[in-house]
Amino acid sequence: MSAAQAASDEVLIARIAQGDRLAMQVLYGRHHVRIFRFGLRLVRDEQVAEDLISEVFLDVWRQAGKFEGRSAVSTWLLAITRFKALSALRRRKDVELDDEAANAIEDASDDPEVAVQKKDTGEVMRKCLTALSPEHREIVDLVYYHEKSVEEVAEIVGIPENTVKTRLFYARKKLAELLTAAGVERGWP
Amino acid sequence: MAMSKKMLEQEPSEIEMLLPFHAAGTLSARDSRRVDEALARDPELARQYAVMQEEYAETIHLNETLGAPSARAMQKLFAAIDAEPPRYPSSPTLLSRLTAFFAGLSPRTLAWSASLAALALLLQAGLIGAVLVKNQGSTFETASLNPNQSTVRDLGPRALVRFTPEATVAEINSLLDSYQATIVEAKSGMFRLQFGNRAMTQDEVAGLMTKLQREKIVGLAVPAP
Repeated sequence: MSAAQAASDEVLIARIAQGDRLAMQVLYGRHHVRIFRFGLRLVRDEQVAEDLISEVFLDVWRQAGKFEGRSAVSTWLLAITRFKALSALRRRKDVELDDEAANAIEDASDDPEVAVQKKDTGEVMRKCLTALSPEHREIVDLVYYHEKSVEEVAEIVGIPENTVKTRLFYARKKLAELLTAAGVERGWP
Repeated sequence: MAMSKKMLEQEPSEIEMLLPFHAAGTLSARDSRRVDEALARDPELARQYAVMQEEYAETIHLNETLGAPSARAMQKLFAAIDAEPPRYPSSPTLLSRLTAFFAGLSPRTLAWSASLAALALLLQAGLIGAVLVKNQGSTFETASLNPNQSTVRDLGPRALVRFTPEATVAEINSLLDSYQATIVEAKSGMFRLQFGNRAMTQDEVAGLMTKLQREKIVGLAVPAP
């Protein structure tokens, strides 16, 4: 995200704090897809993820006046989304072991082994990325897809900056193990 | 170089842990340069970086295939917003208006304004100091030139000091103690202080004034008779 867009997001938040509905629509239009995808990767259920974004942006509507601008608006949104997603997961206590929910996403393509046979290593990689633990998935997404810095990830996840770096390293190592198990050798580690 | 491999078996190196952030372009210029230098001298690390870029690309691919929420999410949100109690735009506070005014100025205008304001403050301080020294000088002249009190004038130097509005009594007391100073007179927010009990050369007095001026709680300090 450019510095100009970040600054413009802050202007929108200031307008939302004044009750500007149009500013809310603009902010929603700008961020809702990424927020939805981040939430979906955490809760693995499209309906729940859709409910999540409504809740996240409703929180923004209510809390805009308290936004202090210490972090980018997108970072704030992701932090709220994560909090809401974890709350939703806690409500569905068995979600971690809920294969059905995981399959809602995973069934859309071949198993990693099948994909290897088809020589589609990209697809294998995506399957393995989906198979990472929630902790590893969120950190990989935040860094690679949402382009968040070490400091921003630390703020969103609520962990020290050094833990952000080591957690991502071990997420990548786990990904390499999953790839090896699926028959993809990349020469690292 | 087998350094990277070796690190994997133990703890990852700092540079290895920074590779993903380097690929995403979210490192500071300094860290980015460190990673570039390490990549240039360590082929093993460079290979790991190439492998990592596949992960980067596929993570983006994966997220982009997740689709987008339906219009239902937006309808639900705005229905909830409509159900919220009405919020009336508050009139901007003085602070927010000032902030908006300064935000509207260009950096060059701001720099010039700040310089002019600083100059105006200096001039004001000088004028106040001069007026007070002149006016109060006559007030004290009688006393200080009183032959009966001449011994007092032979003691330490004096200065007219104005403390900042934020200065607390405790801070003023602490300053007086540290300078071995006593308040001779207070008038119109100015204090005539006497420092120690030994005469000082002009240079020493000038040094004392400079030191006083640097004190956080001192707004003005000028030599006084």
